[in-house]
Amino acid sequence: MLPSLVPLLPTENDWITFDIPSLAQNFWSATFDGLTFGAIYALVALGYTLVYGVLNLINFAHSEVFIVGCYAVFFTLSSLGFGPSVPRLDIWAIILNLLLALVLAMVASAVTAFLLERIAYKPLRQRNAPRLVFLITAIGASFTIQYLIYLWRGPSPELALTMFRPTPIFDVFGTIVDSQQLVIIIAAVIMMVGIDRFISKSRTGRGIRAVAQDPDTATLMGVNKERIIITTFIIGGLLAGAAALFYVMKIPSGVQYSGGFVLGIKAFAAAVLGGIGNVRGALLGGLLLGLIGNYGQILLGNSQWTDVVAFVVLVLVLLLRPEGILGTSLGRSKA
Amino acid sequence: MSMTDGPTPLQTAAAEQAAEEREASSKAAGKSDLAQRGRRKPGYFSDRWHALSRQQQWAFLIIVVVLAYLLPLMNPPIITTEPGNNFALACFDMARFALIAVGLNVVVGYAGLLDLGYVAFFAVGSYCAAMLTSPDSPFLHIPYLWTIPIAMAVTMFFGVVLGVPTLRLRGDYLAIVTLGFGEIVRILATIIPAMKGQVGFQNVGHPPGTEADGTPIFSNSNGVPWYWLTLTIIIIVTLLVGNLERSRVGRAWIAIREDEDAAEIMGVPTFKYKVWAFAIGAAIGGLSGALFAGQVGFVNNQKFDVTTSILFLAAVVLGGAGNKVGAILGGALVSYIPLRFTAIAEYKYLIFGIALVLIMIFRSQGLLPARQRLLAYGRTALNKVTSREGTEPKDTDNPSAGPGTRAAGQRGAEA
Repeated sequence: MLPSLVPLLPTENDWITFDIPSLAQNFWSATFDGLTFGAIYALVALGYTLVYGVLNLINFAHSEVFIVGCYAVFFTLSSLGFGPSVPRLDIWAIILNLLLALVLAMVASAVTAFLLERIAYKPLRQRNAPRLVFLITAIGASFTIQYLIYLWRGPSPELALTMFRPTPIFDVFGTIVDSQQLVIIIAAVIMMVGIDRFISKSRTGRGIRAVAQDPDTATLMGVNKERIIITTFIIGGLLAGAAALFYVMKIPSGVQYSGGFVLGIKAFAAAVLGGIGNVRGALLGGLLLGLIGNYGQILLGNSQWTDVVAFVVLVLVLLLRPEGILGTSLGRSKA
Repeated sequence: MSMTDGPTPLQTAAAEQAAEEREASSKAAGKSDLAQRGRRKPGYFSDRWHALSRQQQWAFLIIVVVLAYLLPLMNPPIITTEPGNNFALACFDMARFALIAVGLNVVVGYAGLLDLGYVAFFAVGSYCAAMLTSPDSPFLHIPYLWTIPIAMAVTMFFGVVLGVPTLRLRGDYLAIVTLGFGEIVRILATIIPAMKGQVGFQNVGHPPGTEADGTPIFSNSNGVPWYWLTLTIIIIVTLLVGNLERSRVGRAWIAIREDEDAAEIMGVPTFKYKVWAFAIGAAIGGLSGALFAGQVGFVNNQKFDVTTSILFLAAVVLGGAGNKVGAILGGALVSYIPLRFTAIAEYKYLIFGIALVLIMIFRSQGLLPARQRLLAYGRTALNKVTSREGTEPKDTDNPSAGPGTRAAGQRGAEA
């Protein structure tokens, strides 16, 4: 019996190997890349967090809201003449084109989010359906959209588009930071700060926080709950559309029917990591998850490990600190 | 006890409540009133069924079971899936889906926990069977039948590992964690060299026994013995799950499903029973995975797409969450429809995705609603109440009038 037990422990190369020298060597480039991914996660995570804060619902279909934005970017840019090679346009023309794509993607995603809320969630809300019903509807809606795209565009990813040639801007610790990383990180952070200000200062933002804290009392105080809910979905959609542009910029070959699904799980993990329902938590969680995922990927030597690492982080956070790093409440965030 | 006679898990409690209030005046008229309104109330078939005597029920059941066993041999003309698909193999596939649905029904239907990565447990079960029997794997090799309990134990272990961190929290987290787990198992099967990715494991073992001419009885191409094996397992599992359903465990699950906070306050150790439900569901998933691996004879990373989980969920929801007969029916249908109507097979994810949304919006109790009565002493209690129906029809006519309804309504309002 004993000799046959030996193969139970195959050579260690068959399982998981840790490549520490490679991580040490690429540490800073992994950091900047991780922050770039993290910024994209954070924008999508905001959509999860806002809806969760207001409705206590995990909006599974948010990943599809995001991928619709990606397709909008793809179609806008390819009809504007962008292709796999670097476009021969001057810098201002490129910026204008990208801004147009950004606006269209945001509109496409926001419209998707709006329709989703009206068609799938509103009938349930009016009937006061139990939570399980909401969750099953959300996952059903997510798959419906995903497979509509699948039937329309097929299983293979769309043609990769190059928006501009990333040029080195400056270097830190011997690692070059290029214009692409800089554009994504800065634009995402500006949007995030804008949303944070909007939620904490504006009249609508106050309404969102009030509904998140106590929907019934908010209604009694004259807040139009329905309008707040639809606004929340639309804001989530707008941010997902913005994330879509950066995603296509960073991963040009990622426009695919199932592309939103995997990113959605990571974005949700980011939201939980930072504290779901918390706007600043989404930013922090997104950036952290981007970093952790990227380090893990280099350490373990395969890009698919990013997803595994993100998932393990999610489970660990739930195990050790389920309220996330910054705590969970949207309603109680600072005024 | 009062917790067990609540409404179905997915019933729209508030709407029911409103309807109940509207009908309050006409209630005295009892059943005939509902019939006149031309509306079949939820549980129509189950009412008819419970009106039969015990002997009639047994006779009916035996006929159904015998017919089920004979199904692949009869190959009935309109029902058959040929020429597109071999009917015996299609029967096995239906049985496999039905078994999966019975397992998932424990998690989603009884305990009200949304498990979206059920395919992962199925995958773990398949890999257990494959890695312990296939000549391609470097592991210890054991006879196929031994892998079934091992696969169940391993998946149960995974269920507990995944359940313990997430089940302490609100149910929603479980949904996304299981969804992630479903995806991760597939990725790990791809990127860990020992799992052999797309190459996979060939010649997975099968139960012993050979025909007169030396070919194995349980061959990959012959679905009939596999179908009979799976059907037998379904019957055993359904009986065991039915016993659990009527026991303290089942009552605890239903209490948790209806209102977790109330259950906790009434002294139900909710966490413990949630982990139980999750682990039992996982073990049944592993069992069906091991059967699948044996029948197909080949396991690789391509068979366990997380989207398949959605078909499993659709099976449970379509049949009626919380009803084991409904789960079997739903599982068989979800597998049968794409096999029979091959023209729409390509659209099956879309169809069942839309079906999930529509069922939730319009008929959240599914085809066969969950039983709404006292489960433990249901029969005697029901008979006593129905014999007095003329004087006080309220309790039997409107099972959703239990205290659970109000609690569920409130919970919905909080959501």
